[in-house]
Amino acid sequence: MYEIIFYFFAAVTIGSAGVVVFSRNIVYSAFALFFTFFGVAGIYVLLNADFLAVTQLLIYVGGILVLILFGVMLTTNTVSVDIKAKSLNTLPAVSVVAALAGLLAGMIWTTDWFMSKNMSEITAQTTSKEIGSALITTHLLPFEVASVVLLVAIVGAAMMARRESVKTQISNSK
Amino acid sequence: MTITLTHFLIVSAILFSFGIYAVISRRNAIMVLMGIELILNSANINFLAFSRFGGMNIEGQMAAVFVIILAAAEAAVALAIVLNIYKRFHTVNVDEISFLKD
Repeated sequence: MYEIIFYFFAAVTIGSAGVVVFSRNIVYSAFALFFTFFGVAGIYVLLNADFLAVTQLLIYVGGILVLILFGVMLTTNTVSVDIKAKSLNTLPAVSVVAALAGLLAGMIWTTDWFMSKNMSEITAQTTSKEIGSALITTHLLPFEVASVVLLVAIVGAAMMARRESVKTQISNSK
Repeated sequence: MTITLTHFLIVSAILFSFGIYAVISRRNAIMVLMGIELILNSANINFLAFSRFGGMNIEGQMAAVFVIILAAAEAAVALAIVLNIYKRFHTVNVDEISFLKD
């Protein structure tokens, strides 16, 4: 059963990632990205990371994907037919990526990975409690730094997205 | 045939290669951003796989939490930059924005 679910989610992830990368239409790519994130969330569940799976759905699907769709809407002329997104450097890109994928696959197959001995004893258990207590004990400093980074990113993004319009307003009023 | 660490690493490697391909070859800046998101997701799969198969400790999941936090911040800032570029150049094709070259 575990195998079937794993192969299902792996197929969903990789197939929709292929659509994301190779589709000519950027709107199709954005919607295929939804299925990629969903498949990755399923893989997280198979890896006993329930909290991360829900976080993936909330932040990637609910936040980043909506941001990307807004970006697509605001930067493509939907009136004209410029919604196609072409590729360039296809041949060098394919060769570089093929070499990289071959290298990674060879490395993964040949390495003798460390495997924990008590694999069979691992049962399904929730990780939210452990993550929560780790966030306020051992990982307190990165947690606080991350909150400051998010605040700076929000303020910076709002400033950057608004700056041009403020400038034109000032020049118009002069 | 049981699912081992290798299976998850292979899935992650394929996702990473797709992301690198999108970053290298797509013209649209938003497609490049989608490629970066694919790369970050593949890194997260690696973190969680090593965390799960290395004895089920919580450290890998903590790293994945911070990767997701930084991905959210990165997406917000990068899209603000892309919007600014579109306002100034009226295109988001990364090969046409060669202003610094001239």
